[in-house]
Amino acid sequence: MDSNRNFVVGIFEDEDVLLHAVEHTREKGLKIHEVYSPFPVHGLDEALGYKRSRLPIAAFLFGMTGTSLALLMQIWMLGYDWPMIIGGKNYASLPPFIPVTFEMTVLLAAFGMVGTFFIASDMKPYKWPRQFDIRSTDDKHVMAIDLATNKMSKEEISALLKSQGASEVNEKNF
Amino acid sequence: MIADEKYIFKPATKQKLFILIGVGLLLFAVGVFMAKNGGHHEGAEKHASQEIAKSLVASTEPAEHVASTEHHGSPVWLKRIYTSLWQNNIFFGGIGIIGLFFIAIQFAAQAGWSAPIKRIPLAIGHWIPFAGILMVGLWFLVKGDLFHWTDHSLYDVKSDHYDKILMGKSAYFFWPLHAGSFPFFFVLRMVLFFGLWYLFFVWIKKEMLAEDINGGNSHWLASRKLSAYFLVIFAVSSSVSAWDWVMSIDPHWFSTMFGWYVFASWWVTGLATITLIVANLKGAGYMKVVTQNHIHDLGKFVFAFSIFWTYIWFCQFMLIYYANLPEETVYFIQRMRTAPYSWIFYANIFLNFALPFLLLMTRDAKRQISMLKVVCPIVIVGHWFDFYNMITPGAMKLEGGVGFLEIGLAMVFAGAFLYVVLNALSKLQLVAKNHPFMQESLNHHI
Repeated sequence: MDSNRNFVVGIFEDEDVLLHAVEHTREKGLKIHEVYSPFPVHGLDEALGYKRSRLPIAAFLFGMTGTSLALLMQIWMLGYDWPMIIGGKNYASLPPFIPVTFEMTVLLAAFGMVGTFFIASDMKPYKWPRQFDIRSTDDKHVMAIDLATNKMSKEEISALLKSQGASEVNEKNF
Repeated sequence: MIADEKYIFKPATKQKLFILIGVGLLLFAVGVFMAKNGGHHEGAEKHASQEIAKSLVASTEPAEHVASTEHHGSPVWLKRIYTSLWQNNIFFGGIGIIGLFFIAIQFAAQAGWSAPIKRIPLAIGHWIPFAGILMVGLWFLVKGDLFHWTDHSLYDVKSDHYDKILMGKSAYFFWPLHAGSFPFFFVLRMVLFFGLWYLFFVWIKKEMLAEDINGGNSHWLASRKLSAYFLVIFAVSSSVSAWDWVMSIDPHWFSTMFGWYVFASWWVTGLATITLIVANLKGAGYMKVVTQNHIHDLGKFVFAFSIFWTYIWFCQFMLIYYANLPEETVYFIQRMRTAPYSWIFYANIFLNFALPFLLLMTRDAKRQISMLKVVCPIVIVGHWFDFYNMITPGAMKLEGGVGFLEIGLAMVFAGAFLYVVLNALSKLQLVAKNHPFMQESLNHHI
């Protein structure tokens, strides 16, 4: 964990107040590190200006890998490595391979997506997430602002958050 | 909350539809003329493959059946007209009934998102009575040529044509009359199903329109109740009608997946039709309350049920392919291995699975009206071929084809269908005025 990062942490009671606060503080040029909420808030991604996740592309590529692997495996096994006649069909007949191909596609797409998500969001064993305020898991929305990425002073940010409806503003060091 | 909005059925649109019908009739006339006078324009190659197919069919059916299909009943050109009429009516009638089914699903599921677009499936449902009258009328016209089982000599023990298998199934057609007479039970089901569908259509429509005037929740609750009853009835009647009107064309063959298969094909075609009409209305500046989010949901429906149809298609094909029982595989041999139908069999999968699956896969594609305007016609045409593939090989044996005759009739049906639907739509409020879920739908966000 990188040492000594200073954050200003705004606590919000209501998701509508939070949404407007996010929009307004970003208009004022403030860079928001992250917002934590106890439940999904509609429109928060757009308000924070997040780009759409590219996870579906990874899912598609993993799925295609599954499709190709399954087909290659079955055709090689039943057509070349150990040719076997089953049910009077050709060695490598496509229709019975489809269910296995489908399952492999789903399996690799699912596992690949979970793995990609873990790596992309830096989740790994013995890595503990920063806890800005424990109440974000219960009933408060928490907006964290990294001082290092903003030109404004601690006091200015604090005043801005208060004016936007934060019920309290704290500091947090990691 | 919702402003009065009506679709204006412009004379220019009417004219376009009349031109569509006119060109369809012209192509149809040319097709009939060619079929009547051109005769058999078969090359040596086609002939050879027909011989192979004949021997394949002959090995699984009694010899006299194959021989008797050659010169039996009406001349080939008339048979082609009958088959095409029947196929088009099943196809467009199915889209009509899906209009009602879509509404019923939305009510039963208490769906909020669909509130502003429900009037389009309601307009599509106006085709149900036309399809019903055509269906009963056509049945008496085409029965001798399409429905082998109507031949009374099949049920006569003393006759050469006596068919033990069909004798076993005869109660399903003829009850309570004796086998080989008037198919009372069959015709009763046809009338009963269309009667019930139309009745529920009228009832649900009444509630939906009364809601515009009176407001409140009572009309919505009444619609939900009616929808639930309708869904139970439709669950049974859609399957049975698939067996009756489509599967009984091949009376010796059966598939336990068939009811679902026909339903899946109707359903995805209906969804594509609804989406296409919504997309076009949006493009013409109507329905401001419909946003990209509603379009996205419709796109997801078309995408998902294209895959669902493929799943049903594969379930039916795979089991028959793997079990390899002659009386079941004959159906696919007729379709996959014979010259006039083989390309349709493969085009069916390409148009109805591969294209919608790849084209509608991304989120952006489902949200773009321009993309849906490409994919929905593909799906609709694809499923027209799907019904062709179900009906024509059984009815025409090796004498079928897709020519001016079939395309012309399809255009006539499409023109008439669109005229009825758009005419009905112009008489309705385009967006429900007092729908209890309207506010939810206006804020719909995905």
